[in-house]
Amino acid sequence: MHGRKRNAALKPEEEAASASEALELRSLQSQFMSNHHQKIYTKEAIQLSAKLLEINPEAYTAWNYRKLAVEYNLDSADPSLVNSILHKELEVVENALKRNLKSYGAWYHRKWVLSKGHCSSLDKELQLLNKYQKLDDDIKKNLVLRNFHLWNYRRFVVELTKTSEQDELQHTTDMINDNFSNYSAWHNRSVLLSSLIAKKADGFTPKETIRREFDYVHNAIFTEEDDQSGWFYYLWLIDQTVKMETSLRASSWPSDGSTIILSGPGCFNGSYSSSKFTTYCSESGSFPLILYFDQAVSGVSSSTVTIDSELKSNEDLVWEPVPEKNSQVSCVWVARLKFDSTEPVKVKVSLGKSREIVSSTGCNLSTPYEFVFTVHIYDTVGESQEGTVSWTDGFDYLDAQSSKDLNSLMALNQLKADTGFEWRKQAIKIEIEQFRKLPDSKFGKLILAKLLMAEETTISDDDAVKGVHYKEILQLYNDLMALDSWHDQYYKDEYSVALLHKVTSSTEFLSRHLFRYRNMNNIVCLRLNNLTLSRIASVEKLLFVQMLDLSHNKLHSAEGLEALQLLCCLNLSNNRIKSFSALHSLRHLKQLRVLDVSHNHIGGKNLVDTTRYLCSLSFPNSGEIGREVPSKYRDAYLVLRDLMKLKQLDIRGNDLISGEEFSSFVSQVVPTLVWLDGHKLAS
Amino acid sequence: MIDLPPYPPLDPSNYYLIVVGTGVSESVSAAAASSSGSSVLHLDPNPFYGSHFASLSLPDLTSFLHSNSVSPHPPPPSSPPILPSNSHELISVDLVHRSLYSSVEISSFDSEILEEHSRRFNVDLCGPRVVFCADESINLMLKSGANNYVEFKSIDASFVGDSSGELRNVPDSRAAIFKSKSLTLLEKNLLMKFFKLVQSQLAESDDTTTTTVKISEEDMESPFVDFLAKMRLPPNIKSIILYAIAMLDYDQDNMETCRHLLKTKEGIDRLALYIKSMGRFSNALGALIYPIYGQGELPQAFCRRAAVKGCIYVLRMPITALLLDKETGDYKGVRLASGQEIFSQKLILDPCINVGLESLSSLTDQQNETLRVLVPKAMINKEKIARGICVIRGSVKSDISNALIVYPPKSLFPEQLTAIRVLQLGSGVAVCPADMHVLYFSILCENDDQGIKALLSAMSNLIRLPVPESDSSVENDTCEAKPLLLWRALYVQELVKGEFGGTISSMPSADGSLNYKETVESAVKLYEQIMGSEELFKEEETSLENTTEENEGGVEIEEN
Repeated sequence: MHGRKRNAALKPEEEAASASEALELRSLQSQFMSNHHQKIYTKEAIQLSAKLLEINPEAYTAWNYRKLAVEYNLDSADPSLVNSILHKELEVVENALKRNLKSYGAWYHRKWVLSKGHCSSLDKELQLLNKYQKLDDDIKKNLVLRNFHLWNYRRFVVELTKTSEQDELQHTTDMINDNFSNYSAWHNRSVLLSSLIAKKADGFTPKETIRREFDYVHNAIFTEEDDQSGWFYYLWLIDQTVKMETSLRASSWPSDGSTIILSGPGCFNGSYSSSKFTTYCSESGSFPLILYFDQAVSGVSSSTVTIDSELKSNEDLVWEPVPEKNSQVSCVWVARLKFDSTEPVKVKVSLGKSREIVSSTGCNLSTPYEFVFTVHIYDTVGESQEGTVSWTDGFDYLDAQSSKDLNSLMALNQLKADTGFEWRKQAIKIEIEQFRKLPDSKFGKLILAKLLMAEETTISDDDAVKGVHYKEILQLYNDLMALDSWHDQYYKDEYSVALLHKVTSSTEFLSRHLFRYRNMNNIVCLRLNNLTLSRIASVEKLLFVQMLDLSHNKLHSAEGLEALQLLCCLNLSNNRIKSFSALHSLRHLKQLRVLDVSHNHIGGKNLVDTTRYLCSLSFPNSGEIGREVPSKYRDAYLVLRDLMKLKQLDIRGNDLISGEEFSSFVSQVVPTLVWLDGHKLAS
Repeated sequence: MIDLPPYPPLDPSNYYLIVVGTGVSESVSAAAASSSGSSVLHLDPNPFYGSHFASLSLPDLTSFLHSNSVSPHPPPPSSPPILPSNSHELISVDLVHRSLYSSVEISSFDSEILEEHSRRFNVDLCGPRVVFCADESINLMLKSGANNYVEFKSIDASFVGDSSGELRNVPDSRAAIFKSKSLTLLEKNLLMKFFKLVQSQLAESDDTTTTTVKISEEDMESPFVDFLAKMRLPPNIKSIILYAIAMLDYDQDNMETCRHLLKTKEGIDRLALYIKSMGRFSNALGALIYPIYGQGELPQAFCRRAAVKGCIYVLRMPITALLLDKETGDYKGVRLASGQEIFSQKLILDPCINVGLESLSSLTDQQNETLRVLVPKAMINKEKIARGICVIRGSVKSDISNALIVYPPKSLFPEQLTAIRVLQLGSGVAVCPADMHVLYFSILCENDDQGIKALLSAMSNLIRLPVPESDSSVENDTCEAKPLLLWRALYVQELVKGEFGGTISSMPSADGSLNYKETVESAVKLYEQIMGSEELFKEEETSLENTTEENEGGVEIEEN
């Protein structure tokens, strides 16, 4: 148990006592078992089981035996005796609980007795519970105060007695007033309030309830800012405030209103002039349609997504979830649209008309989502020379016209004004004001950052307010890293999320990070290097990105990048990636041609690779590549074998891999590879 | 003390220690001495235990106060000051009674009701007084075993009052701060931080390995009030901490009138006592407890303990004279009112016992030296304490029976120099009939008028005075909420310090504080001087060892 000192070793006399106790218990047990097997339900036999249970409340068989005995006796008993029989059972339970307040069997037996219709004592049940909960407080303090058996049973009795939820709410208030470090009481409060709000009980509209609860929990937070039970409740309240009518939000590539330019293979190699964001290099006469949802959904298929265009043979599109083919839910879904026209074609995609696209939490799209785009085709000359992609030079700033084009790319289908939107905005504003007053506090800063973030991302659709908080949020996380180094990684991650939100919050911010790469037909490159990012976020706004520079950050994994299905050049050099399994999500980037993972920590010897246990990998033992995969390259194999178009790989400066052995392994796994670590492979 | 039945002579007539008076200090000494194996005779001129710490019925209290107050006519001079003793080697020096009380004024507003219930009152002479759970007196009781004879109940709440009549809860604990409606969120934050700082300061002394924030040496020596300001605590919270938690008397912001400017170190100690008290007994609601049947139970418990250890008790037995050796002037014994002469090596006296100035002139220097502590001195320190007792119908705060109320300096009127403390007690602690409450008031003062004026001001803030029929229609609405006064006593008590005088020592009077901390500490110190450096209740400690675990809750606090 938490925080309790272990008892010292038993003294000899105590040992003797416990031995004799054990002896007694054993004899009781064997007598009881023989009674049970012979179905003896006499008074003495029942008494014996009670005695056993008092000593050992965990004797499940004895509880079951008593149930059988009660059934047996009830059948033959005078109706007037029913109550006394059941009452006796409650007594036995109480005695057992004195021995162990956390006995599952005892609590279950009590429930069973009550469900037998012994209702005359229901009111007493609540009194008993109050007594126990009071007892908790006095004697065992926090240990049992949060005893979930008590709370569970309480909910059970409350249901039976039809005690009003308002009364139960008052009970939680009393418990919290006694000692507000009581997770269970706060939790029960949230359960009761959710139910009252859902029932639209008098005085429990979301607006007034949430305001009232904010005011109440402030007392806990301000009184003792380090106490987490209040925070836990507070976070629930923020959630309730920013949570709109539960619905999905979606984005897509191509986005609504955009014009896609398809060019043939090799389009990146020439110096084709008018490359746009929307230029896509199609090699097989098809291009991908990408749908991104803010929650993992299932049910995306040709029957739920309708394509309306002059393009033929696209009736039965196959929608595949990324990352896992056989998984039924995913945030990212991809289908490949065949393109057979030489004329510009308009394509209209609509989804959400049926309710079959549904998230694991049961959310639907609130309104049907529709987007229209136009596809042009340009034929380009065949492949010219193969060069390497250099991440150090050849980048130009974006011109104004291109910046304009961005607008249409970044649109996320925003939820339009929800009823009760105003008060939610107001509530968050008040909270922000409140928490600016709690100075120098770790939790205060964290909550303030979260509140500001909530105002930026979820609540505010007011462009004037957009973006003004990011500077403060980032500063808060910087402060937190200094203040609380134990949770450094968490703050870094949150910092990264905020930073990426900021970068993608407007075309103005984003275009500062966009460049054209001269050597590849002026392809647009998003450069997010040197930003101390430790995780990836906001991918829903970056679906158009084909060339991405994430070098010189603090990334531990490539998780999240799988959504960027168009990605063909990726720079992850100088990060903190420790293994190939941390790059696992790259397997899904079928277009990837250039990958730089140099100067990371891949293959470090003394590391336990924790990411491996998170993904269920199948380990092929015998080579699909003709020979056994060396065990040290197994992780590398699992990633690289799926990168069917990879031409250039940089892996210098890592801990494991170098030398002849690896290059021969790689060239076998990735037959398309031309450049490894800057050297052209002998074909 | 009218017609005392003649006492049979006491046997034996020789003791190691004679103690006169059954106040807290005397009783602790008697219990300590008898449990260390000394022969002890414990006398009290009154028919009850407790002396100036007794709890009495209303009539008894009235007559006690009157008979112990400065009367306009001095008692008729006793027979010739120096009488030859029965033994020729001894001389006897007559003793005079010194009155501790003045300005006694007792008024009854509903005699009928009070007479009907007169024996159901247990009213303290030394009120307002409570026990802090971590008080030295509790430790002493646990150590001596006196705890077996007393039961306590919690004081339910404490409040801070002001001239508006509003009583605000004292946010003295985490839960109280959480619930408080009078503090802003920021104040809650600052106050709780301050409490934590004090707590970590306390933890430090137990565990040196922790690297918690520590209050600097410099701060510890600075005035507490300045330190509180440094912690950014707003004035209202400062005043709560100083007067309702640290229980200070003097206005810490007024250098001219403040007789005792508290240092941070002392302030932290006082808060520590309060904080330690909060958690000491699991079934006590807060820091303060009160003995059922009144404060008089405390000295009585020590007396019982002493009796168990062989101490002999005689009540209603004043001593009339001291017996000294003619030649050496050494103390030899006392003469009882019964005329019997009893001998002992040491003598402890209650603060009311003095020698008459006129008897001193005829004594030798050595004899004078022996009697040193009993010579009345001109009061250098004019500090007195004004006390008031009110019996009321109803309660000053609905739903709450036992409560402490503090009026910080200047909170009632601008000239209020010291804090006024008020303690309300109800029938739950068996001090009065149900539906009534007893209220105790006290304030330190320099003269009687000043003290009485302040008491009356606090009383009118809380209580409705019965008005003649004709006026009752006026202001009826505003007064309705306040409880009605049934009986009132006002008196001013001198504060006498204890004094060690070799063989004869004088114990202190009830002091001006809310608890027994200082009383017991000085009693312990005096006792150690008198008996040599012997430790109190030493032998009990070993027997306690085995039972400590279950005995920790030994002070039984009954919960309803």
